[in-house]
Amino acid sequence: MTDVPATMVTPSRVSQISRVVGQLAVAVVAALACGAVLILVAGANPVVGYVALFNGAFGSLNSIVEVLVKATPLLLAGLGIAIAFKSGYWNIGAEGQIFMGALAAVWVGLNAHGWPAYVAMPAIIGAGFLGGAVWGLIPGILRARIGASEIITTIMFNYIAFFVVNYFVTGPLVEADQFLPQTDPIAKSAELPRILRPTRLHAGIFIAMAATVALYWVMIRSTFGFRARVVGANEAAARYAGISVGWTWLVVSGVAGGLAGLAGMVEVAGVHQLLLEDISGGMGFTAIVVALLGWLHPVGVVIAAILFAALDVGADSMQRVIGVPVTLVYIIQALVVLFVLARSALEHDAYRRLWRRFRPE
Amino acid sequence: MDVMLSDVFWVGLIAAAIRLATPILLASLGEILAERAGILNIGIEGMLLIGAFGGFLASHGTGSPWIGVLGGMIAGMALALLFAYLTITLAADQIVCGIMANLLAFGVTGFGHRVIFGMTTVIPSAPPLADWHIPGLAAIPVLGPILFQQNPLVYLGLVLVVACWFMLFRTSWGLKLRAVGEHPLAADSVGVSVRQVRYAAVLACGGLAGIGGAFLSLSQLSMFVEEMSAGRGFIALAVVIFARWHPVGALGASILFGAAEALQFRLQAQAADIPFQFLAILPYVLTVIALVSIVGRSVQPAALTRPYHKEGH
Repeated sequence: MTDVPATMVTPSRVSQISRVVGQLAVAVVAALACGAVLILVAGANPVVGYVALFNGAFGSLNSIVEVLVKATPLLLAGLGIAIAFKSGYWNIGAEGQIFMGALAAVWVGLNAHGWPAYVAMPAIIGAGFLGGAVWGLIPGILRARIGASEIITTIMFNYIAFFVVNYFVTGPLVEADQFLPQTDPIAKSAELPRILRPTRLHAGIFIAMAATVALYWVMIRSTFGFRARVVGANEAAARYAGISVGWTWLVVSGVAGGLAGLAGMVEVAGVHQLLLEDISGGMGFTAIVVALLGWLHPVGVVIAAILFAALDVGADSMQRVIGVPVTLVYIIQALVVLFVLARSALEHDAYRRLWRRFRPE
Repeated sequence: MDVMLSDVFWVGLIAAAIRLATPILLASLGEILAERAGILNIGIEGMLLIGAFGGFLASHGTGSPWIGVLGGMIAGMALALLFAYLTITLAADQIVCGIMANLLAFGVTGFGHRVIFGMTTVIPSAPPLADWHIPGLAAIPVLGPILFQQNPLVYLGLVLVVACWFMLFRTSWGLKLRAVGEHPLAADSVGVSVRQVRYAAVLACGGLAGIGGAFLSLSQLSMFVEEMSAGRGFIALAVVIFARWHPVGALGASILFGAAEALQFRLQAQAADIPFQFLAILPYVLTVIALVSIVGRSVQPAALTRPYHKEGH
């Protein structure tokens, strides 16, 4: 981590973007090729399978909507992880922050009966953000003020959040029937409105879009974003330049947590209208991969979130058509990361060697 | 509450704690070796999972649970080799590679299991690794059921604690390994190959985690369930901190986590007044406290997560 990241070696911005996109495309194609071999091994036809996958993801309005609905929380949580990682703060805790955001949101939603929508909706959105932000801030404080590794604390906080939510949905907030481990539905006024009935598209997508624009501005255009990037690229240099590293980590830990909290909130207020025992289902971990593949850049995160959501949605129809298990998609996702990693590391290595060769003695 | 106080309850609880601690112990011993050499292996969760699958597959295929254990070890080492190539040879980020390894293991095991065994309602099983009742000692009241009627891999774990301690602190091998994790440049300058030592440590870590995984799928129920590692690899990361990177500490910390898990099952079964979730979060809270308490005392290997580039090649 102390070494210069591969992305910082490249000379100009345009060539960097085209390189990144090209690299991702090559990685996706290579991963799909490996997936095709696995489909053959499983005794099915990869061409038929991939056609089914593509149609399942983009073949109809409804499937496109499903991709967007799945991409929304991935994008929100992924943006938070992107700003955190870019600042050298290894937040592995999006999963727990999603849970806590969802819990805070449902608590407001359950108490919002009789509130007008213009009060209930901002309240539930704010609660989701706050719930995740607080959960993200605690490891941030421990890192910034005491120096405790956020990698471990955020992983621990994932488990704590899971059990806290588990306690609430089976105990104090269990549904009136007390049958399933879930809460009662939230107040109608607190729901994020559906915008394309009868599909499941909900207003959460606007929140994700707004967050993307905001994060783009913060990360790329603002002074804070510049400082955060310096902290991430070289902590010692940042301290030398008078940047408060601890303060930067505090802010990004809160923002990253809040964005993951919003991801939990959209699942509650936009998709399910209640809190389920396993509301996240691993989204917090997928979002890490999404952020990394998106090159920790807001625009890249949008592309990666849609790509992963499409793979997820398409996998279901691939399983239906050729009978290959959906778990193939996780292999493909891991291979995409693997190829991107290997390629950039190899290039990085080549740069280093080149630099050594021509370095003035 | 009578049940809570009986001897049978306590003997059962402690025996279960030791049994449940075993996969965590094996994984954390591996993680100690890797971290002592400067490699933070978050992918250990995936190595545990792929070990469980590899172990199950080998036992199912050959009919021998011991070949199953070997299969688990090899599966763990295979994933570790990929991780080592990326993090050591290519100097890619260890955290990112670990996350990738976990995702890959999750996909490969889920896909492999469904393709090989189909999506039937009949759960495939493999020959299990039977418990060893140590003749004579197993008959001792209280101690017998706790210590001498356990799975062979439980005994292996205990032996490995001593072996790891001896290797790390009493051999030149261990000295080299620790030097590489503390100050790779210094180790390199006296002729230690940082790359070789780190490869060996990561492969050992994968192998140990693989055996831990095989324990999950080959003891007791003897079947493979998707995601059956269920976070135990992450718990092993916590155990390492608790243990302050020491094998004997790892034994104690693993049993603590095992006991928490065993008690949790019992509370759930008895529908006790305390919600089981409160007990379930306790180990994680304790880990955070342990982590905070060791900060600034330079217990952690100094070069942890730092790639090493040999100069001038």
